Order: sequence, then C-alpha cells, then structure tokens
Amino acid sequence: MSILIDQNTRVIVQGYGREGSFHTQQSIKYGTKVVGAVKPGKGGTTQDNLPLFNTVAEAKSAVDPTASVIFVPPPGAADAIMEAADAGIPLVVCITEGIPTFDMIRAYQFLSTTKTRLIGPNCPGIISPGKCKIGIMPAHIHRPGNVGVVSRSGTLTYEAVGQLTALGIGQSTCIGIGGDPIIGTNFRDAIELFNADPDTHAIVVIGEIGGTAEETAAQYIRENVKKPVVGFIAGQTAPPGRRMGHAGAIISGGKGTAREKMAAMKAAGIAVVDSPAQIGETLAARLAQVASR
Amino acid sequence: MKIHEYQAKEILKGFGVAVPEGETTETSEGAAAIARKMGREVVVKAQIHAGGRGKAGGVKIAKTPDEAGKVAAGILGKTLVTAQTGPEGRLVRRVLVEETLPIERELYLGIVVDRASASPVFMASSAGGMEIEKVDEESPELILRETIRPGFGLQAFQARKLAFGLGLPATVVDQASQFMTALYRAFEATDASLAEINPFVITTDGRLLALDAKMTFDDNAMFRHKDLAELRDLNEEEPLEIEAAKYSLNYIKLDGTVGCMVNGAGLAMGTMDIIKYAGGSPANFLDVGGGASAEQVRHAFEILLSDKNVRAVLINIFGGIMRCDIVAQGVVEAAKTLGIKVPVVVRLEGTNVEQGQKILSESGLNFTVATGMKDAAEKVVALAREA
Repeated sequence: MSILIDQNTRVIVQGYGREGSFHTQQSIKYGTKVVGAVKPGKGGTTQDNLPLFNTVAEAKSAVDPTASVIFVPPPGAADAIMEAADAGIPLVVCITEGIPTFDMIRAYQFLSTTKTRLIGPNCPGIISPGKCKIGIMPAHIHRPGNVGVVSRSGTLTYEAVGQLTALGIGQSTCIGIGGDPIIGTNFRDAIELFNADPDTHAIVVIGEIGGTAEETAAQYIRENVKKPVVGFIAGQTAPPGRRMGHAGAIISGGKGTAREKMAAMKAAGIAVVDSPAQIGETLAARLAQVASR
Repeated sequence: MKIHEYQAKEILKGFGVAVPEGETTETSEGAAAIARKMGREVVVKAQIHAGGRGKAGGVKIAKTPDEAGKVAAGILGKTLVTAQTGPEGRLVRRVLVEETLPIERELYLGIVVDRASASPVFMASSAGGMEIEKVDEESPELILRETIRPGFGLQAFQARKLAFGLGLPATVVDQASQFMTALYRAFEATDASLAEINPFVITTDGRLLALDAKMTFDDNAMFRHKDLAELRDLNEEEPLEIEAAKYSLNYIKLDGTVGCMVNGAGLAMGTMDIIKYAGGSPANFLDVGGGASAEQVRHAFEILLSDKNVRAVLINIFGGIMRCDIVAQGVVEAAKTLGIKVPVVVRLEGTNVEQGQKILSESGLNFTVATGMKDAAEKVVALAREA
C-alpha cells in the first residue's frame, strides 16, 4: 500500500545536528525504524540511543540501512548524497535547501553510475502514512489510504494532504520531490511508481512554475495512466523572471509558466484545479465518478 | 545574482575571452577623458541590470572625446526605461566607454543549465543581437545546442561543431573554439547559472569578440565566491526585498492590494493564486520560511505594510509541526507593536489551532479568523475592497 518506503524500511541519518535530531525523533515517534546516524569523528559512540558511525559505508555494513535521510548543510550536502550512493544505500532523501546547482550537477552524474534513487534536495521528504516517515512533514495530517501525492512544494503539499484527510481520504505515499532545478526523482518517476502500485488508486500532482517537468509528466500520464489524476500548478500569478522562493520556481524566457503547464495537464485528461482549495474536493469527486462506473 | 556588463566582461577577460577595450566612469568628464585616451571613436553604454538598452537610448556612439562627454551626460543620471525594466525604469549611475569595432557578423553564444538533462547546455546561433527567446520561438532551427558532460567540460569537437554550424570561415574556427572553451571555463569556475554573449561578433579583420556580456550567478554558491558576491549592486534591487533578505524572509513586491504572509514558497504562490481566484490581487509574495518565529512575523509585517498599496493582509500559516498558539502570539505582539491599521485575516492550521484562534479573536485587535484557504481568500478580498 505504498511506494519506496514501508514498515520494513531501515533509515540512517546524515547530518544529525539540531534540525536533524529533532526531525529524527519525530520520525521515530511515528514508528519509523531509524537504525543509526553518521557523524564523522563520533563513530563508535551513541546519541539519543542511536549508534553513530564515521562513514555511511561503516553504517551500511553494521546496521544494513535501506534508506538515508540527509540534513547536512548546503556546502557538504552533495558530498553526503554521493557518499550514501557509493555505500549502496538504495534510497536517499535529501532535505537540505540551498545546495549549489553545480554540486547537484555533479551528484546527479555520480548517481547515474549507481542504483541509488535520490529524492530531493530541498524537499520535505517522503511518508507512507502509518508505516514510515522520512523527512520533516507533520505526521498527524496524514492518514493511511490509497491516494498518491507528489509535489515540488512542502507546505502546499501539507495543505493538499490536510484537505484529503479532512474528507476522509487517506494516502498511500506522499512524496515531496523538491523545489530545486536539479532533483533526483521527478514527477514522471514518481507517477510511474504510483501507476504501478496496485494500492494507489488516484494521484495528486502539485506542480509550480519553472522548468518543464510537469509537461513531461502530463505526456506520460496521457499515454500510460488510467488512474484518476488531479493537478494544481502554483504560481499562476507569479511575475516572469523572478525566483519565487524555490530555486527552481522561475519563469525564464517566457518558459515554465503556469498556463502552459495547466494546458498540458488538461490535455492529458488531468483534472486541473484553478484554486489550491479545490484539490481535495476535486479528487473526492473523481473517486466517486470511478466508483459509480 | 546579477552583475553589470562591465563586470561580466572583466571576469570573462580573466578567463581568456576576448572583449573590446574599455573603461567605466560615473561622470561625463570621465567619459570624455577615456575617449581622449583611446584616441578613436567610442561607444558609450549605460550600465544597468536590464537588457534592451540600445533601443531605449542607453547605448550611443561618439566620434570625438567632446561628443563622448555629451553623450555620457545625456545617459548618466537619467532613468532608462527599456523593454526589461518595467515602466519605472532604472537610474543610470555608470557608463562603459568602449572602442567601436568594424563588425562583419553578429552571432550569439550562451550557456545555461538544462534541468531535464541536469547538465549545462552551450547554445550558439547565427541570429545575433536578437533576444534568444524570440529566436527560439520564431526560428528554433537557428539555435545550435551542445550538451556538456559535467566533469569533462566543453570538448574541442563540440566547439568545432558549433563554429562550423554558425558558418564561421575555417580560418577562425580555432579562434572560435578557444573563445567558447574560455567562456565555458568561466561559466563553471564562477558557478554561473547564465553566461550570454549577445552579440558575439566577428570583425572585418577576422577577430572574434564579446560585444556584450551577461552573467548571472547561482545565489546558493556565493558562499564560496566572496569576490563575486562583492559585485552585487544593491542600487539595482528593490529596497524592500533587500530589507526582507536581512531577516531570511523571501519577499517579492507585486502591484496588488492584498498583502500576504505565508510559510513555504509553494503555499505562498498558492495563496497569491487563490487571492486572484477570489477576485483580488496580491501585493506581494512573502515566504517567512518553514519556521516563522514571532520576530520574523514582526519583520514581515513591517515590510508588508511599508507597501502603501496594501489595503488588507492575509496571513496563511500551515504550521504542521509549529504550534499555532505561538504563531498567534507572535502575530498579536507584532500587530500591537506596529499599531496595524489595515484589516488582517489570519488562517492557521496545525497543532493547537483552536488555542491560536482564541488568542487572535480575544486580542481586541482587528483580526478576522478564517478556516481554510478559500474562506481566508474571500474574506481578505472583501476587506480590501471595502478599505
């Protein structure tokens, strides 16, 4: 009933500082199996009952993690991603905001020579409600169920999830793919996974201005996805040429506008809503439609 | 981060990119002196962070030092309104005085980061001097592209492909290849997000030069480029946006009447959108960050309210892990300290939401508590209309 992570996922933490430890404790409370943290120079000791390791490779052989979450500050974050991939961690979730683009270009290239999947950076993480939470999202707004949520934003995802939960609609997995221009898992990848998951019955796609990832995903949906999809694009009122908070949220050279993305999504049969307040109710209506068929 | 043409040319020159001879000045006398020193015809170019200067009268040729002084006097201290500045224009504080060149052809070179391939892409076009976006729209076949493998850089064969593709004579292909390689090295070494030579010219005597140059740097990489960070020109930026950045607030001024304060960039954009959807117009984008402390809320209020067009404010906080009672406390304190006159609509979601709403409604201040984004947007738009 989920993609990428479930109750068996074993997580290590890279960057166990103030933020990292706070969110790790929240995850543990939620039931996530956190099996250790990497703190160079502190290997062999423990903190908050977690074994510490000097390197990801050490952690890998000692506690066999299947996922890593990265809270390392921007200058060292791309290095942390590569270290996790080099150690053979299958899933790496990078929360860090503000990584230089060139660092991500190199990390992306590095990852392409490994089997590791990266989520983020600059993202809230991933949660399979009731099973596992890797990231900084508030757990209590989620509810186990059958809707997959994928988004470039953090709080806007919480907004959408909050609407779904309030309507009694649970989620299989919610992924924040990140607001940076270069990210490990894009919309298309996430939608492909949701499409293949028998327990995901519908998908919510929350995009924003900048780039063409939404158009690429729309094309994939048009050709492959029969499940109901609801979409929203943030930044319909954003001025061109200005970066709207996220490093990747910019209309440049007239490209990457909300209008283009919404048109591509509508053409792919996606129920595109104009207002972010309509995400939950529109999905509920789509599910009801499917049920009555 | 944007820089001026003259700064970009200085950087590029350091990497071996050929640029015209020139100097900058802030006075008309200075312009005349530079022209006298060069002893030849010059071009006087306004230095502002916006394109379209030529058509707006910000680029002028002068045959004599006297004329250079006169031309500079006509540009310096004037507000230049170009297709890219917006109607308010930009004040010209500095001009670049450069040698003029016998131009045979104007071409285009540019490097950007392509998101889909996660690689830099080198672009070249025979349609120089035009806006590349326009070329891409009208005749995309005129733009040649080479994807650069990170770690390898621009290879000689790629540069040759581009040079021959531009129809450059065989005699200058090596020179072009060196020019492009130098441009790419500058791009990577400075953590640029854009490097553009438009036009890239070939002179009648077979030289290749950057007649204009534009570079934009990755803000996230400025921590390792202290020298480049110093090139930032605060005069070219919106004062309120500079003020906001001091408090880690991400603020962008727009021209509507509903001020908004939101946590998270996506939700902040979504809030602007729903204000428009409810029939209003957003006065700004303001992301107070995932957290939003009482102090940040106060600074955010100050910035929002210094925009005199703001008739009502919408605070939309999806707290999640943050406690709503603490956010509410911060909002009340800020409103009291600042003596806020405009109506404020608050929508809070997250832990302890009821307590938060109670604090707001019992504060005796002019707060309207909303439930949900739709309700919040409708209420604030109605209040902005009445005000």
